[in-house]
Amino acid sequence: MDISWDLLLNAIVAGLLLGGFYAAVTAGISISFGMLDIVNIAHPAFVILGSYIAYYVNINLGIDPILVSIIVLPAFYALGALVYQVYYMSFERRGQESLRGLAFFFGLLFVTEVSLILVFGVDYRYVEAAYIGPSLHLAGLELPLRMLVPCLVALATFGALELFVTRTFLGRAIMAVSQDQLALQLMAADPIRIKRIAFGISIALASIAGALLIIIQPVEPSVGRDYIGRVFAICVLGGLGSLPGALIAAFLLGVVESLTSTFYGPSWAPAVSFGFLLLTLAFRPAGLMGR
Amino acid sequence: MTALLHVDNISKRFGGFVALDGIEIEVAPGERLGLIGPNGSGKSTLVNCICGTLQNETGTVRFEGQALDGLAAHQRTRRGLARSFQLPRPFHSVTLADNLRIPLLYTVRAREGMLHAHSDLEARCHELLDTVGLLPKAGRMPRDLTQVEMRKLELARAMAAEPKLLIADESMAGLSHSEIDDILALLVRLNERGVTIILIEHIMSAVMSFSQRLAVLVSGRKIADGPPKDVVRDPEVVRAYLGQ
Amino acid sequence: MNTATFSIITAAVGLAVMALFHWLSVDYAYFAGYTILQFIVLATAWNILGGYCGYVNFGTAAFFAIGAYSSVFWYKFHPLPIPLLIVLGAVVSGIVGLGTGYLTLRLRGAFFSIATLAMAVVFQTLVVNWDFVGGSRGAYIIHPENFELAGLKVHYIEYLFALMLLLAVIALATARTIERSRLGYGFATIRDDELAAEACGVPTLRLKLIATTLSGAFMGMAGAPFPYYIGYLQPQSAFALDYAVNSIAMPMIGGTTTWVGPLVGSILLGSAQQYATVTISSAVNLLIVGLMLVAFVIIAPNGLIGLVKESLRARRRS
Repeated sequence: MDISWDLLLNAIVAGLLLGGFYAAVTAGISISFGMLDIVNIAHPAFVILGSYIAYYVNINLGIDPILVSIIVLPAFYALGALVYQVYYMSFERRGQESLRGLAFFFGLLFVTEVSLILVFGVDYRYVEAAYIGPSLHLAGLELPLRMLVPCLVALATFGALELFVTRTFLGRAIMAVSQDQLALQLMAADPIRIKRIAFGISIALASIAGALLIIIQPVEPSVGRDYIGRVFAICVLGGLGSLPGALIAAFLLGVVESLTSTFYGPSWAPAVSFGFLLLTLAFRPAGLMGR
Repeated sequence: MTALLHVDNISKRFGGFVALDGIEIEVAPGERLGLIGPNGSGKSTLVNCICGTLQNETGTVRFEGQALDGLAAHQRTRRGLARSFQLPRPFHSVTLADNLRIPLLYTVRAREGMLHAHSDLEARCHELLDTVGLLPKAGRMPRDLTQVEMRKLELARAMAAEPKLLIADESMAGLSHSEIDDILALLVRLNERGVTIILIEHIMSAVMSFSQRLAVLVSGRKIADGPPKDVVRDPEVVRAYLGQ
Repeated sequence: MNTATFSIITAAVGLAVMALFHWLSVDYAYFAGYTILQFIVLATAWNILGGYCGYVNFGTAAFFAIGAYSSVFWYKFHPLPIPLLIVLGAVVSGIVGLGTGYLTLRLRGAFFSIATLAMAVVFQTLVVNWDFVGGSRGAYIIHPENFELAGLKVHYIEYLFALMLLLAVIALATARTIERSRLGYGFATIRDDELAAEACGVPTLRLKLIATTLSGAFMGMAGAPFPYYIGYLQPQSAFALDYAVNSIAMPMIGGTTTWVGPLVGSILLGSAQQYATVTISSAVNLLIVGLMLVAFVIIAPNGLIGLVKESLRARRRS
């Protein structure tokens, strides 16, 4: 087969940019699932919610979507804390998180999606910003700014998160709570409060991811479902609880998806991530860098 | 006489933490072995490796001369290994009697390949509950039990599997003196019927009166193994555990 | 009451309902009734794995669609009688259930659930790209106006209703038999404490695979007649999200520990949705289902049946 090297290279670069963005979406799950062991399958719904909020403010007030997401960060954090509190009181405390907890998050996912359909309808929505449209031309490669900017923001967010988790007391407490709750209690830190803060952070991250998403592609309520498999695939492939692992896995997934899309057609892309997930679970459940 | 159970150089790590380091123990058929050691010394990890709940990294566990490598926990139970859990793990959604029915249905019946009448099983469950003094609560749910009663249920459930080797993991914690004597008498009766027993306990009086042989585990290593009177006088044992 | 008696009584009740519909001569009753019976099968199937064993399957739509598309495949290849299609749908779905289980059930329950979510999308992608069964454009199934049933000419919707009624009876009878059997005890221990179950001699992996296979097979069975019911099958309708949420909401609202729960949940929720779709809108109707699921899971974790049992127990003690 005569592969056009130009096409291949551009596909790989597009994949890397996409992967950076995927890392941002996965960051929240890395915390809630990777560290707190909470299977929050509703995470993509919060991301889509972030997208729609960014869209609404952007269309009506003209504010840059990324800026919007940062402004609403506290609200998302509070929402996350509230959701965790309900989750803890109803399920974690009673030890029923497997069946009921999953059903709870599924219900949240569903309710969010349907509510968005009722409010905004099923038409695709998109935002307007200066960097949507133009591309950077660098050494024969085409770097659309609408992909480059989100990728850079995503990497910055991810970097900040990694610093937070490794350098601050709170961050290290969050890592500790995933490994040994008893030890944490002996250190006079309240594990429940730590988890609530962590979960709040994970949902706040969803807000940023949502803004980035709607910059990259137009959004409609069911788009979240495509991301469920992607984020969990990345999280598992990278190794639960490992942020660097998730980053590598995100880039890997982005590139494979981009290549599949370019050479076999975009309709096959969703199957890629899920295929990754199933293979990882079947052959190396600990992931690339799992603990 | 060949050992009933031969733990041959078992090691187990959790990440960087070495839980078991080259453990070597033999248990003769019909023997009463006591296993003691400080908290965190690896006693429960050892039980988990013997019974298949955890996989040991090196070494082999041999039961009746056959290696148990690769066998799932339920297969080991069917071969005659039974254990109670240190922190009781009852089946919450069924009654006490039904908790005992499970090993009867899945271990005893699997072994004998026969179908017992419903009433036979019912009678056997009640009989077992009676031996631990829980018969009046046969129709109740585990959440209605006290901690002590849950430990008794845990022991009864292990006994229900009609094992050749029973590992009792801290079944007596929190019991009164007379209750301890009752459980000890129960275990001795079981032993007289031919069941080999490993008793893991912190209550030294019980361990001393029950055990024919005593092994001591400290930080994942076996530091003593012999007649109880000798072991408790061993200076290393005194330093590591008894002196505390 | 043994299984045979139960089946006969249930079938008799169903036939009585059918006779009523026939006498009323309202076609809509058959269409609505078919949907509710379909949900009874799906909810009961889901509950065998979810309620009895504690493993949540989010991919009901995938198994359902496998049954539906298996029928489309045979229709294009060489049309077969619907009862045979049901069996074939069950076999294919059962095998897929077994496969998914084998890949993921040795890990934690959460991974199984995520894998089922993944599976639903993978299958939808496969179907959308498979032109033989219509791909994203969909497939038309042309059914005869009347079917032959025991020598009688029966209108097609009555025939489909009767088939789905039979499937519902089989599903309920199977669930009930399992509940009272050794298998049922085994499932309950898996739900309660898998580690302790293994220590008691329960072969947990084998039982979980049985549950996944059975559950998948029943869902495929429910899907097999669907193309004939709907006439034009698109991936959006086969893989619709409301199958996933309903097959979870109905048992959880009805009660997950017995066969009665999914039945009660399906009838109540199914009828309410039929009413809501007609009077309000289908989106609002789904929203209500979702909210009820969340509410029940938080407030009444054992469902309506659980609430009934609690009040009986309280009354017995006082």
